[in-house]
Amino acid sequence: MSEIIKLRTPLTTKDIERLKVGDRVQLTGKIYTARDMVHRRFMELIKKGEKLPIDIKGQIIFYVGPAPPKPGYAIGSCGPTTSYRMDKFTPVMYEMGLKGTIGKGKRSKEVREAIKKHKGVYFIATGGVAALLCKSIKSAKIIAYEDLATEAVRELMVEDFPLTVGNDCHGGDIFEEGVKKYRIQ
Amino acid sequence: MREIDVKKITDAVSHLCMSANYYLPDDVTEALKKAREKEVSPVGRAVLDEIFENLRIAKEEKLPICQDCGTSVFLIELGQDVHITGGNFYDAINNGVRSGYKEGYLRKSMTYDPVLTRANTGDNTPAVIHTDIVPGDKIKILFCPKGGGCENMSALKMMSPAEGMEGVKKFVVDFVSEASGNPCPPSIVGVGIGGTFETSAFLAKKAVLRSPLGTPHPDERYAKVENELLEEINKLGIGPMGFGGRMTALAVHIETHPAHVALMPVAVNINCHAARQKTAII
Repeated sequence: MSEIIKLRTPLTTKDIERLKVGDRVQLTGKIYTARDMVHRRFMELIKKGEKLPIDIKGQIIFYVGPAPPKPGYAIGSCGPTTSYRMDKFTPVMYEMGLKGTIGKGKRSKEVREAIKKHKGVYFIATGGVAALLCKSIKSAKIIAYEDLATEAVRELMVEDFPLTVGNDCHGGDIFEEGVKKYRIQ
Repeated sequence: MREIDVKKITDAVSHLCMSANYYLPDDVTEALKKAREKEVSPVGRAVLDEIFENLRIAKEEKLPICQDCGTSVFLIELGQDVHITGGNFYDAINNGVRSGYKEGYLRKSMTYDPVLTRANTGDNTPAVIHTDIVPGDKIKILFCPKGGGCENMSALKMMSPAEGMEGVKKFVVDFVSEASGNPCPPSIVGVGIGGTFETSAFLAKKAVLRSPLGTPHPDERYAKVENELLEEINKLGIGPMGFGGRMTALAVHIETHPAHVALMPVAVNINCHAARQKTAII
């Protein structure tokens, strides 16, 4: 396993080009949350040619619906949700300048192509380790769609948030490579 | 006849909701430890280390193990000599969910409508409640906060009886292979076979919740198939979170029911490595 790569948002093209599938990353800076319903709403706005409530250019979106914070905590347990449900909406967002997404599970062929074409990245946060992950989130505030409760768009400030590169801009896919390496015929 | 007040049920459910979300059952933790010993993939071992660290934090700080505190699924065995007093049985359970999820800072994930508004009910109700009437004067309540990511990795096929056990095995292994890292492996694979359409789905859920983990099917022919399936699945190379490795499943459980001459329904339901459940007996 490679050494841990420390990155700060916003990610530069140079940052992204050096990332390879399986790299362990610690991310620091601002990221946004958005999942199922937010993507549905974003697509309606995009179709109508209207502005999104956040400027996604150069940004990273984390697919998550956090648990509520206990008193004294910035946020509750906060781990990734499965990414494929967002796949239908993701290529256009990379096209609009989104640099990265954070989720879990494999992406569609279309998303992988968009990542390659627009020099983006797909990070994976380990699923089901949400108490551990919330320790790296220093602040959280809702900035759009408060009515969606846990699904609302939040701005998170993260510090050394632990991630693994799932799809890199060179066409690599962690799931394909993993199975190739460990499958017993 | 034994009288049980609904308040007792509500309190028990509220407590179950919180403790099931903070503490993983010991048998699952043990199975994960064994998986850590057996895993050959470095990235797979790193994932398992994160899992143990997460379990420690969740336990010490009473935080939900996973942000997805699930659909509140209940498997209830209601003794036929119990008389419930003071209110409605199902309301008592939903009231327990409401208070447990609020008091425990658990995520509320239920929406009023499955398709249209998708607006959140705000208290994780309604619960999904399965009730079985059994002899005796007790109520056994099994609570499972079932995560959405692994619940989505479910399948049901009305197979032809002629396809036999080879057909069943192929269906299960192909499906787990396709699910890849989505259900947060290392996972528990539940297989329900027989009965009608809905029986097989419910059997698959019961199979996923079999405790202690790895308890074999009482019929040794099916116990053998459970082992064979586990071996096949762990040859797929999916590994923890799908990053590559040998520990894709911790266990495969099969539940069966007699079937009509024309039927062989087979259902698969998967649980993630954060396989939470807790039981109370009143």
